[in-house]
Amino acid sequence: MAETVRPLKATERTIGRTARLAARPGGRLVFVPALTLALFLAPIGLGLIGTWAPAIGYLPALGGTALSLDPWRQLAAAPGLAGAVRLTLVTGFLSTALALALAFSLLAAWHGRPAFDRFRRLLGPLLAMPHAALAIGLAFLLSPSGWLARIVSPWATGWQRPPDLLLVQDPHGLALTLGLVLKEAPFLLLMGLAALNQIDAGRSVALARTAGYGPTMAWAKTVLPRLYPLVRLPVYAVLAYSLSVVDMAMILGPATPPPLAPLVLRWFDDPDLGHRFMAAAGACLQFALVAGAIAAWHGVERLVARLARPWLSAGGRGGGGALLRLVSGTAGTAAIAAAGLSVAALALWSLARRWRFPDALPGEWSLGNWMRSVDGLAPPAVTTLSVGLAATLIALALAVGCLEYERRAGIRPTTRALWLLYTPLLVPQIAFLFGIQVFLVAVRLDGSWLALTWSHLLFVLPYVFLSLADPWRRLDERYRRIGACLGAGPARVFWRITVPMLLRPILVAGAVGFSVSVAQYLPTLFAGAGRLSSLTTEAVGLAAGADRRVAAVFAFAQMALPSLGFMIALAVPAMLYRHRRGLQA
Amino acid sequence: MISRVCMAAAALATAALVAVPAGAAEEDWQQVLDRARGQTVYFNAWGGSQQINDYIAWVADRVERLYGVELRHTKVSDTADVVSRILAEKTAGRAQGGSVDLVWINGENFAAMRRNALLGAPFAEDLPNFAFVDTAGKPTTLVDFTVPTSGLESPWGMAQLVFIHDTARLAKPPRDLAALLDHLAANPGRFTYPLPPDFLGTTFLKQALVGLVAEPDRLQHPSDEDFAEVTAPLWAYLDRLHPLLWRGGEAFAPSGASLIQLLDDGEVDIAFTFNPGAASAAIENGELPDTARTFVLKGGTLGNTHFVAIPFNSGARDAAMVVANFLLSPEAQLRKEDPRIWGDPTVLAMDRLPADDRIAFAALPRGIATLPPEALGTPILEPHASWTDALEAEWQRRYGR
Repeated sequence: MAETVRPLKATERTIGRTARLAARPGGRLVFVPALTLALFLAPIGLGLIGTWAPAIGYLPALGGTALSLDPWRQLAAAPGLAGAVRLTLVTGFLSTALALALAFSLLAAWHGRPAFDRFRRLLGPLLAMPHAALAIGLAFLLSPSGWLARIVSPWATGWQRPPDLLLVQDPHGLALTLGLVLKEAPFLLLMGLAALNQIDAGRSVALARTAGYGPTMAWAKTVLPRLYPLVRLPVYAVLAYSLSVVDMAMILGPATPPPLAPLVLRWFDDPDLGHRFMAAAGACLQFALVAGAIAAWHGVERLVARLARPWLSAGGRGGGGALLRLVSGTAGTAAIAAAGLSVAALALWSLARRWRFPDALPGEWSLGNWMRSVDGLAPPAVTTLSVGLAATLIALALAVGCLEYERRAGIRPTTRALWLLYTPLLVPQIAFLFGIQVFLVAVRLDGSWLALTWSHLLFVLPYVFLSLADPWRRLDERYRRIGACLGAGPARVFWRITVPMLLRPILVAGAVGFSVSVAQYLPTLFAGAGRLSSLTTEAVGLAAGADRRVAAVFAFAQMALPSLGFMIALAVPAMLYRHRRGLQA
Repeated sequence: MISRVCMAAAALATAALVAVPAGAAEEDWQQVLDRARGQTVYFNAWGGSQQINDYIAWVADRVERLYGVELRHTKVSDTADVVSRILAEKTAGRAQGGSVDLVWINGENFAAMRRNALLGAPFAEDLPNFAFVDTAGKPTTLVDFTVPTSGLESPWGMAQLVFIHDTARLAKPPRDLAALLDHLAANPGRFTYPLPPDFLGTTFLKQALVGLVAEPDRLQHPSDEDFAEVTAPLWAYLDRLHPLLWRGGEAFAPSGASLIQLLDDGEVDIAFTFNPGAASAAIENGELPDTARTFVLKGGTLGNTHFVAIPFNSGARDAAMVVANFLLSPEAQLRKEDPRIWGDPTVLAMDRLPADDRIAFAALPRGIATLPPEALGTPILEPHASWTDALEAEWQRRYGR
């Protein structure tokens, strides 16, 4: 395609200048970035202030008008606080480090091999899977009475009854760490893949190999040092998320004590409203913990960079990389298998009537769980769907507006803008959602559909923007100039050239945004105020209940919606462009 | 249809029973019905059981058809959250149009709402169907964890702690706390209780306390400075029990309802529930094997009544009253007690019911695992509500780490 465009190159500069003179850069789009920032940074600022104030004793609605340090004293004396903080740090750092190691070792050992492309296709479904559904499925799989134990019992283990082992909700948070790694490694892998496109990794590796470096060593020495800065922000987002996760921690994490974020949530919900001051202080502590953790991670980055410098230039060639291929390949396959089996366990339980230990499969099957759940499933499914679609459409419109403005005005994206975009992903949710709730109650929007959609938008927008930005910026400008040459105005160029050519990334970004919305637990809890519930809040609630079969129905439904979104995102362009080979890739 | 005719007859009979001049009460109630039509009631009720959710869905269907009232079930995991939300609304100055119109409640949550004046005006005794309630035979319909209800909540169902075992795995279950300890010494890990402050977890603490305390009567009065002294035997018992529990006492069942799943999986030998019919319902529903049976401890188990209450800032008070009244109707109570539906015992007095309804109640199957009333024994009264918070806090301090 690019070949045919090349003859135009001579004239392109002139045309570009003419086009720029003809229309004021950006036009009305100039307001979109400002609107976007206001829509999603203002609530976070407001929410943080609304959480900090009660932490120093100020919350007039509850009679707190004098500033005091009592909330912090209360917090320091809270039972289980030290254990909760320790658990939070261990699971947060460990899961981030493991997810990063898994993602990078897979890239180092497998990128460019045919097996990697097959593997890559499985990333989408993994990413689409909501945290809660994965956690529920994983618990069904791994607990002592779980599916794995059932498959190998009693013939291999002799177990007629489940062994009394603390495999899920273990006090060290290992099950929680595993769940986080399964969820975050694919995200980092995808971010790494996108970054590889920017640094021409293939040729660096090839060059290093001609100098006799082994494939892994070539990658580690020529690609990794340039790749890491590009995925730094996603890594921080993963770290922040792992340190403050609530829904997964409630299902897979221990309870005596839980990590800090669920503990703080417990205080917010205490019938004794006096606990809210302490909870606000706890939310601030969570904020400080995440900020400190990111700073510490950054410090380690610099340390590693300094220590590795001699090693980088020492000339060690390394071996064939077979060991790393084996280890990362095994770990990656195991991760995919665990996720796949978790989904299968959900599906089986949702169709089981009786399934006793140690049967490998349900003893009696039934569609009854689904039939009985229809009435209960419908309202949260409608909320999930409508909020998710609305938030995604708004996010798409804003992201496209920002990117178009950026392009037409010729602005280059800065690191600072990227940090702003990442703000909702770096600030722990619990640190500002309480403040937002106070604000929503004051303006009587709590429990409204509007508030819920807005709260989801905060998290949907960054992901939509991130997944759309790269393809948008990479679209060859010359296509649009051809359109302009043929007399089309900016609007016509946008609708007839930009959108059709970028339809696939736009739909994929929409599917990503929708899956992010579906997965939101804490925002739904706070903004929904108990009146609006989603498949996620229902599934998490049912996970602790009596009936594993019904929990499976809700978790499966929660998982199915975003997968459906991805399928549509892939099917629509394939159908529309079935006669245009160039647009199918 | 028949039941609707019965209800009309019942409403008339009620009007005659209540001491207010019949005509006036009937007129007042008609006004309530008129105002209620078209209103929406947000019913905040624990949503952890599919059977109960299904039952509430049926209630919603009936009140829509009978009275034009829309009932929405807000499923909550812990009623304390609801109390906290209403209190937050009050402190924020929202005196009208609150987010909760009717709440399923009892015990310390009721005490907390009452203490904070979150309950508005008394209504329960204005409900026509209240006349059927067995206030004499079931005194807990008027006294909730030693706190008088004063018409601020309307009884819905009866509860008594019963233990469940699978006879195929454990033929003779331990019948008192000492025997439980012995059983676990021989079979470590085969028992657990839900993590307090889960309702049922705290109930287990109270049941153990009642069985271990020197003077059980002391618990009928508010907890005071002698808390440590009174509860010392309980902590001594738990210190011995915990190492023998499921997962070595390092983890606890995540909820009361999850005990049934643990029993069915064979993880534990004994589960417990506050609903004497729950085991039968679970068998019916495929959640337990048909070899499951229930039992009570020697010396009896705790019993109480659960209620519905209307918060002070409900925007649909009339419709909430209509729903509360329907919940007390023989039609609704009969369906609730049916073990194939929910199996929750009625609060009504059989001798106050019309003959048809009495026969219908008598004809209900009891359920294969449900104990007859004489085997259930007289329930032990709940300790004063103040013990609940104190026990939960002390438990958290000792074992919440």
